[in-house]
Amino acid sequence: MSDMNQAMVEKYRSSFLKEVEANVEEGHWVKMCMQCGVCSGSCPLGPHWEHPPQEIFMMIRAGKREDVLSSSSMWMCTSCYNCIARCPRGLPITHIMHGLATYAKRLGLQPKNQPTAKFSQLFWNNLTKTGRVNELKLGLALYFMNGIGPGIKTALKMQDVGLGMLKTGRLNPLEILGGHSIKDKSGLQKMLKKAFEIEEAQIKDYKG
Amino acid sequence: MAKREYSFYPGCSSQSKASSVNYQKSTQTICEELDIQLNEIPDWNCCAASIGYGGGGELPRISLSARNIALSQQAHGQQDIVATCAACWLATREAKERIEHDSKVKSGIDAALGEIGIKIEGAMPKTRHMVEVLIEDIGYGEIQSKVKKPLDGLKIAGYVGCQTNRPFGIDGESYENPKYLDKMIETVGAAPVENYEKKASCCGGALMFSEPEKSQALVKDIIEAAYDGGADMIVTPCPVCQMNVEVYQGHINKTYGTKFNIPVVYYSTLMAVAFGRNAKDAALDGQMIRASKLEDIANK
Amino acid sequence: MADMKIGAYICQGCGIGDRVDTAQLASVAKREGKAAVAREHEFLCNAEGVKMIQDDIANEGVNHVVIAACSRRAKTEAFSFDGVCISRANLREGVIWVRPDTDEARETTQEMADDYVRMACAETKYQKMPEASGEQGLTRHLLVVGGGISGMTAALEAAKTGYKVDLVEKTGQLGGVAGEMYKKYPDKAPYNVLADNTTGAMVEAVNANGNITVHLNTSVTKTDGAPGRFTVSLATESGASKDVTVGAIIQATGFTPYDMSKLPELGGGKSPDVMDQLAFEKMVKANGGAIKKADGSEAKNVVFVQCAGQRSEQPGHLPYCSGHCCMTSIKQARYVKEAGGDATVIFDDLRTPGADGEDVYRGGQEAGVTFSKGKVSAVEAAGKGLKVNYNDRILAEDTSIDADIVVLATGMVPNSGPNPYVKLDLEMAEKDGNAELVEKLKAEVEKAPPSILNLMYRQGTDVPHLKHGFTDSHFICFPYETRRTGIYTAGPVRRPMDAHQAIEDATGATLKAIQACENAAIGRAAHPRSGDLSFPSFRKEGCTQCKRCTVECPFGAINEDDKGYPQYNEARCRRCGTCMGACPVRVISFENYSVETVGQQLKAVDMPDEFSEKPRLLVLACENDAYPALDMAGMTRQEYSAYARIIPVRCLGSVNTIWITDALNSGYDGVMLMGCQKGDNYQCHFVKGSEIAHIRMSKIDDTLTQLNLEKERVQTYEVSIADIQRIPQIINDMEKLIGEIGMSPFKF
Repeated sequence: MSDMNQAMVEKYRSSFLKEVEANVEEGHWVKMCMQCGVCSGSCPLGPHWEHPPQEIFMMIRAGKREDVLSSSSMWMCTSCYNCIARCPRGLPITHIMHGLATYAKRLGLQPKNQPTAKFSQLFWNNLTKTGRVNELKLGLALYFMNGIGPGIKTALKMQDVGLGMLKTGRLNPLEILGGHSIKDKSGLQKMLKKAFEIEEAQIKDYKG
Repeated sequence: MAKREYSFYPGCSSQSKASSVNYQKSTQTICEELDIQLNEIPDWNCCAASIGYGGGGELPRISLSARNIALSQQAHGQQDIVATCAACWLATREAKERIEHDSKVKSGIDAALGEIGIKIEGAMPKTRHMVEVLIEDIGYGEIQSKVKKPLDGLKIAGYVGCQTNRPFGIDGESYENPKYLDKMIETVGAAPVENYEKKASCCGGALMFSEPEKSQALVKDIIEAAYDGGADMIVTPCPVCQMNVEVYQGHINKTYGTKFNIPVVYYSTLMAVAFGRNAKDAALDGQMIRASKLEDIANK
Repeated sequence: MADMKIGAYICQGCGIGDRVDTAQLASVAKREGKAAVAREHEFLCNAEGVKMIQDDIANEGVNHVVIAACSRRAKTEAFSFDGVCISRANLREGVIWVRPDTDEARETTQEMADDYVRMACAETKYQKMPEASGEQGLTRHLLVVGGGISGMTAALEAAKTGYKVDLVEKTGQLGGVAGEMYKKYPDKAPYNVLADNTTGAMVEAVNANGNITVHLNTSVTKTDGAPGRFTVSLATESGASKDVTVGAIIQATGFTPYDMSKLPELGGGKSPDVMDQLAFEKMVKANGGAIKKADGSEAKNVVFVQCAGQRSEQPGHLPYCSGHCCMTSIKQARYVKEAGGDATVIFDDLRTPGADGEDVYRGGQEAGVTFSKGKVSAVEAAGKGLKVNYNDRILAEDTSIDADIVVLATGMVPNSGPNPYVKLDLEMAEKDGNAELVEKLKAEVEKAPPSILNLMYRQGTDVPHLKHGFTDSHFICFPYETRRTGIYTAGPVRRPMDAHQAIEDATGATLKAIQACENAAIGRAAHPRSGDLSFPSFRKEGCTQCKRCTVECPFGAINEDDKGYPQYNEARCRRCGTCMGACPVRVISFENYSVETVGQQLKAVDMPDEFSEKPRLLVLACENDAYPALDMAGMTRQEYSAYARIIPVRCLGSVNTIWITDALNSGYDGVMLMGCQKGDNYQCHFVKGSEIAHIRMSKIDDTLTQLNLEKERVQTYEVSIADIQRIPQIINDMEKLIGEIGMSPFKF
């Protein structure tokens, strides 16, 4: 168990709902769910959720901390915002799911080898390196995120896409050498470091 | 009429030799025709899209957009920020709302920007999608007046997708059945597929990379519904939609035994062709699945 | 009144003149209808046409007017003439609009029109001008029974209009259940702040009002009379008694919470920390907002169990939803949050009706109340506290939650008096010797609560019930009416409702009570025949004292005198004519509606012979729904058989079987009765009229057998006002049926 997770378990022993309200993006909305299930029925990957959003909200209220945070459910979100558009109670469900996923990851509770969790991190690392996404490196990192063997297999499978993109001028093999970048890379990284520090401090200090 | 000027946020995928460079090229072309000047935000950075959440959390993610907003203000004052990419538009607009309505977020952002000596001055400029500029500032009438080669006889499925439609959407449009893309198709002389069932369905977004099977199943339905409606091609306002729906058709065919081979173009491509510009200006060379019917019109 | 002089006026407008020979109609009116004057006019309802009629009334002495034009439901203002009897022949909606404009149809269309003119002349010949009986008095004074929020509202609303009120309360204080509340649920936008209980101020306002006399510790020992002249005896606990005279009565006796000791599985009656909502409310009020267990210690966790013993088909449970309990639990859960505790509401369906309901629910969620969708199976003791076992309906698992206090949201049981018809049914069963039914009804009578109004009515001491002990009211058309004219019920005795609704309900009931007083003063009927001055009377020498009229009157209006003759109490009467339909010796009549006014119409119809291939179908159509539906069939140009002859009746209950016998004897080939829906979900405007008619007609087979006629020739239908396509179809089906079974042999 991570130190932070340990700290949070102790701090919010009595109420997982309070923990979510304090530490999860838009978490204060969770109590407003009225259990109609429109979100679950509107999600494009609905059938793939271990616990659909409606159930996640109920589980939070029922204090099922481990079950929620270690679930792959939130990682199924495609950010299509259909649930937000349709929720009769106006819950920002997409953001809550992102928030729960991020929080779980921060505490080290996300399922091991969850592909979206991994890709999401790769994407972040990629973009923060130069300030702009390097699509070639991102693609390669993705193919090889589970090791060299599966990576070569995936790369071969994706060859046609890559070649197509290359031929139509929508992929640049030279990106491997560096590629697009902003000028003030160090400034950007300084800014992000600060933002991270503030956010972590808020989680630690929050008096729920 | 005086040129219309906007502060332009191109986004990562429209850079040279990136996945939606063709979107950028055709947009540039129609802007020339419509007397629109796009002033690029100097040193803009990635918005983290939606998928960045897993690594970025809330404040760092918002700080990326906040930096862009501050830089835009610095260079272009209160000019509206215009994005062509749905995710860029959404992230920037969301950041603006969050900073405006959440004092905790605002003070965090102020501190983060302070680290690099920039700040958001007063009210933030509006963040708009290129489609909004076309519909609200230019108008269907003016677009129509520029049409030199109407796209007669083409049937096109207007695939709006998610993020230009939700949660903000285009003013006055419904979430369940947005009409603006169909109206654009009509404006350039083509026929929209009526009741295109998957018009606002999700293509999987970034999960095309992490959950390819699940996402390709979604794309399969989107393409199938377009074929059911008798479409010659699909048009979309979103780079992720364009890429996901176009480039995986070979994979989908392999998995499902389908014979999909339908071009997926941007609205800007359609307009560039209808405005009488050549295939290169319309970036038709960027189609992995050639839009030969558009090429024929462009080469006429 | 001078000698009868009939004037017949035939309109040629709206296409009537193009479709039928109006000169022939005028001639029919004169020759056969014995009209002294018969005139045609191209536009009868315009000023000139109306003046023509008025001139005849003024100068020619016409005192019975036949209008042969549109339906009696149309142009009622133009065709209203003071001091004369009016009958209407429906040539527009009833003839030309339901027949095709073809050469082939012309002959039968003309025959229809001729007959309707004959019928209108025959009807008016037997009409008299109704006049108020003179029995009336004006009493601007109400009795309100029940001093809760409904009763106090009624008293204050009546007092505002200048009416005097006697407010009777059984207990020693005003306020009722509303007075026991710690707080009210939010009552104004944005509906998320609990409101102060203002019942105390209301009690003060009642006590300070000079128009209201409050009688505490008092009950009603006797109520006699009728609207406008009720005499009521009041008795206090100490034995003092007093009589008051009132014009109308409002019964606002409220509800009692369902007895939770019938719910032992939910801990009801087993632990002092399991309580119903009212007990919880009293506890919080007594503690000034603190939430305390029976032992005086602070309660940290309170669980609310919704639908406890209600919305349940289990024997002994309440099958209905009491409407307020979800909102009440949300309010009470907020008491717990305000006191710093945790509150969980376990619901199956959370129902927060009303425009504000959703906001109240949201307010509860914002305050941090936990809402769990689930079904509670048991509440049991666990250590020093309680444990609630339930099935979580979202997570689909059996689970439990600890609680210091459990609140059961039990339902509302109405405080109504005994249902009078149980006793009447018992009398009937005893007479019939039905031992099993006698036992069942006896048990019910024994269980019955004491009377509230002690009415001295032939049909029992209290207002009748509909279902589950709630008093009967016509939910669709006249929600405040009971089946006792001039007596209105308001608040949860009528249907489950919360305090906000009870206030509205009592205000409405007060308005109706005032209307009843004012109507009674001038002899006018309450709805649906609002304003009708006619009332039933009987020919005493012909009466056999059979009591059918006194038993069948849906409104218990008719009493019996010492010798068993009926006493009509016309202010109680709704003028439906069910008594007239019931009378086996046909001695009951209204001045303008009688066995003759209808009987002579059906006999006036020209009856073609057996071999003419022109059958005749008599349709007796209820004027409330069936007749308007027929008019609408005309307006929408639905065609129906040219052989139908339609007579509107006040209610199917008024149909006397002599009309059926007469019709069959006169050679009609089929007789159709059309009335409103009957039963528990009745739409009959007179509650029981349609049902009684159906029972009577089920016994008509004997008559048909005697006449050697097929029993299919007489049919009774339940129709609704929306049956615009169905009713023409029914008529056409009857024509087809006659084609199959053949013409009646009784054509002379």
